[in-house]
Amino acid sequence: MLLVPCPHCGPRNSADLTLVGEIGPRPDPSATAPEEWRAYLYEEHNPAGWTRETWHCRTGCGRFFVTERHRAENRFRHQPLGAAASGEPAGSP
Amino acid sequence: MSDGWSGRGGGDARLPGRSGEVIDRTSPLEFTWNGRAVSGYAGDTIVSALAAGGCRVFSRSMKYHRPRGILTADYWDPNTLVQVGPEPNVRAGHRLLTAGMAVSAQNAWPSLRWDAKALTALGGRALSAGFYYKTFMRPRWLWPAYERVLARFAPGGVIDPGDAPRRHDKRYAHPDVVVAGGGPAGLAAAAAAARAGSRVLLVEHEHTPGGHLRWGDHDERALAAGLIDEAHAAGVEILTDATVCGRWEDNWLSIVERGGGGGPERLTKARAKVLIVAAGLIERPYVFAGNDRPGVMLSQGVRRLLNLWAVRPGTRAVVLSANEAGDTAAGDLDAAGAEVELVDARVGRTVTAAAGPRSGVERVVLSDGTRLEADLLVTAVGWTAPTSLLNMAGVRPIYDPSAARFFPSSPGSSPGSSPAEEGTVLSAGGLAGDGSLDELVAHGEATGRLGAARAATLAHRLQVATAWAAPVQAPEPPFPPDERAPLGRDPHPELYRSSTDGMVDLSEDVSSRDLRNAAAEGFDSVELVKRWTTATMGSAQGKLETVDVVATLAEATGSTIAEVGTTTWRPPYAPVTLAALAGRMFEPVRISSLHDLHVAAGMTPIGAGQWIRPDHYGDAEAEVRNVRANVGIIDVSPLGKLDVQGPDAPELLSLLYVNKWRRLAVGSVRYGVMCAEDGVILDDGVTGRLGEDHYLMSTTSSGAGAIEVWIQNWLQTEHPDWRVRVTPVTDAYTSVNVAGPRSRALLRRLVDDVDLDPDAFEYMQVRRGTVAGVAGCVMWRIGFTGELSYELHVPAGHGPHVWEALLVAGADLGVAPFGLEAQRIMRLEKGHFIVGQDTDALTKAPTAGLEWLIKLDKEDFTGRPELQWALEGEPGAGGPPELPRLVAVQPTDPGYVPPEACQIVACELGGSERIIGRITSSRFSPTLERSICLAQVEAEHAGAGTELTIVDVTGRRHTAVVMAHHAHFDPEGERLRV
Repeated sequence: MLLVPCPHCGPRNSADLTLVGEIGPRPDPSATAPEEWRAYLYEEHNPAGWTRETWHCRTGCGRFFVTERHRAENRFRHQPLGAAASGEPAGSP
Repeated sequence: MSDGWSGRGGGDARLPGRSGEVIDRTSPLEFTWNGRAVSGYAGDTIVSALAAGGCRVFSRSMKYHRPRGILTADYWDPNTLVQVGPEPNVRAGHRLLTAGMAVSAQNAWPSLRWDAKALTALGGRALSAGFYYKTFMRPRWLWPAYERVLARFAPGGVIDPGDAPRRHDKRYAHPDVVVAGGGPAGLAAAAAAARAGSRVLLVEHEHTPGGHLRWGDHDERALAAGLIDEAHAAGVEILTDATVCGRWEDNWLSIVERGGGGGPERLTKARAKVLIVAAGLIERPYVFAGNDRPGVMLSQGVRRLLNLWAVRPGTRAVVLSANEAGDTAAGDLDAAGAEVELVDARVGRTVTAAAGPRSGVERVVLSDGTRLEADLLVTAVGWTAPTSLLNMAGVRPIYDPSAARFFPSSPGSSPGSSPAEEGTVLSAGGLAGDGSLDELVAHGEATGRLGAARAATLAHRLQVATAWAAPVQAPEPPFPPDERAPLGRDPHPELYRSSTDGMVDLSEDVSSRDLRNAAAEGFDSVELVKRWTTATMGSAQGKLETVDVVATLAEATGSTIAEVGTTTWRPPYAPVTLAALAGRMFEPVRISSLHDLHVAAGMTPIGAGQWIRPDHYGDAEAEVRNVRANVGIIDVSPLGKLDVQGPDAPELLSLLYVNKWRRLAVGSVRYGVMCAEDGVILDDGVTGRLGEDHYLMSTTSSGAGAIEVWIQNWLQTEHPDWRVRVTPVTDAYTSVNVAGPRSRALLRRLVDDVDLDPDAFEYMQVRRGTVAGVAGCVMWRIGFTGELSYELHVPAGHGPHVWEALLVAGADLGVAPFGLEAQRIMRLEKGHFIVGQDTDALTKAPTAGLEWLIKLDKEDFTGRPELQWALEGEPGAGGPPELPRLVAVQPTDPGYVPPEACQIVACELGGSERIIGRITSSRFSPTLERSICLAQVEAEHAGAGTELTIVDVTGRRHTAVVMAHHAHFDPEGERLRV
């Protein structure tokens, strides 16, 4: 099982966290068009390389944080603390 | 003569006492073999005890039902799987003997000697690889008939459904270093790592550590004893009869402990910083005509029998030797009084056939035509490196023809960056190379020291990995480099198949001819050959035969072993029982503070998510009637409760719910529905405004956890600037709903500081006050049951007091507790939907009739765009699809209650039927004395008065009618506004 580096709790079993998904901007809900909105809802780029994604430290600190993971090699790159603290959009539901 | 007992050379094969034997001759054990009484000693395995008594045939082979005997006398012995009492597929070469064991042969009928299925051997040609695939493919409709017949020929033992259940266990461990394998290198590595400060877990496959030293000479046994003492002294935790079954990312290891056989098994999930693989080497069989006959054995099997259990498997032995192991086996046999003929493969001599009567060896034919009389043929033709765990870490096995075996690739030689290359997976001992015992031990010690040093570095990294760790000024310590002296590689002749054909896979009955035929049919890749012939897919799982398969295929396709490569090694390394995987559950069970009172009141419990709740207290329909006539109380503590405080709380509520919240007055509660971003109903509940900046939100019981996370996601990532805090308080309150026309009268007796007058405390209002002397209670007046009702949220510690006070104070009012079932009946009478029951993952808000609730003039709320398009989009091509509707339905027959999830169908033109919906909830209503339902149907069939056809599971049709309102009872809601 993968170890996920929570910036607050340290590395924890991936079963203790939830992968929220790749992060992308949430379209303006009062002005968006179906195509744009559904891309936000359903499309993951899932590259065979580095991607920015949001994790939720469910059984630990309860925080949402952004990290970078290489999806082919399942490796993480460290992110500065608080990358999710301001202006980062929520992941898809 | 009975099953499996050879007449020739029979009687007692047990030698007089030998130094180094592991049996206790003062502890004889009686057991039975196919019903016949046999005896052995404590320390025997089933195989050694039977072999000591002269047993040579242990099973019939899987496809051809050929008699089979001992090959390796260990866990991987392919043809000594037996039934022990109720337990099938016991590995008799590994399982220790216990008194009274009832052992019987598998895969033989009616007996080992007279096997009716051996008739298949006459048609051996017809049963070549792919026979089943080709023969029973067509016609397809005959397959059920084929299956019934073929099932009788399936190998394996029998499970006894009457066997008493056994409880297995699970464990989580966090060692610094795990060493897989307790031979000389593994023991040395474990002790060295522990001395260097690591917490070390050593996992040994056999019942005793020591590896091949255990069946060695005096000096070797003394060395093993010394290494075990050192490991214990250094504080190594040693698991025996245990196997590291798999390795996943970041050294997540599954370790199964078999409990010594028959005992409870335990599955350990270990997160190791460093894994040291010291799995040793497995001896490889040789392929030639008759190589599967009882009496053909590997050198290690012979030495185990002789030196561990003092059993001599034959009196006239031919030993085909290509290495020191074979020479040593010949010496051991000679010392044990057997006649021995050594055939030295290093000078080009080899064996081409073993022949004799049906169940054994009588003579051996050599490549030069020599015929030798013998009852035992021993082969020592080379080794297989069990690189399985290394391969799971991304290390490729690479073939070295000069040493005639695969080796783990050295770090950096394979593409990509596997953890092994990062140095957290190391190999030690024979797996990594050859050497003297001293060299192997030294390699183990060096590997243990390296593993400990790297584990310490990783521990340091973990310490500084969190933002809250003290800032580290010093540079990170370097990752300890690998400075071990590498082991050498001894030259070894390549010996896989003789000039004749024989069995390659003794578990699955796959011969070298089968493999050649498969190659000729075009299965030229080892992965395809494996699947077509099932070679390496039997009980030995490739441990013995995988390289022989590769070599035979290479020969057939004119390529090299290196070009063919190996099949993929996957977890588990050794079989794991389903019981061990199931093991112990760590799922918590939640109960409310009133649980003991419910038990005392005779509740019938029901599991609802993690909660145990009262389903009813004997008669749910009577509970319904009592609530409708008098007053009832129900424990609704699992209801999710969130305390919301801060000036931006209305912003948050407006974002989460589809309706409006900014003008909710202090002292009022409001019903709300939450949708996900795709417009699907996520949750519902009421939220009350307790104070200027203070709200109490309720969620569904099942959604409580998920909704809190959902809210946190919005607050943390989208609106971190909002001044609002959300605290889960589900467990802080005991929640009791007091429902029924007499509920106000009951509460008046227990509440002094809140005016309960209907004009002062209206429907959908909230008050804070004191109930039965307990201050700080929240009361809201709502009506899920459809009756006048008050929901009390009492500080949890006082829950039982308030519950009992309600029962005492209302005795003359007819108060009685009611359970979940009565509540579900009453809410269905009222037509209130339950999220997740009447809605599913595709149910958007308009389906549930919530158009009136959705306020599109709000700029933002979750799911807004989808709901806007669903409500305002132009239907038709390119527009939103017409959504199904949730409707109340009553069957024409008032006594018929359709099971939930029954389909609803409509007739099409031409007479065919189409599914147009389903029943989502159904109950018999004691209030209306008829069956009532909620259903989702297509919009065109949702109009009031539409006749529907319900199909039950037996295919019977029942008519039903769509009602005008969701509520079957009191649609105007007059009862709850009194």
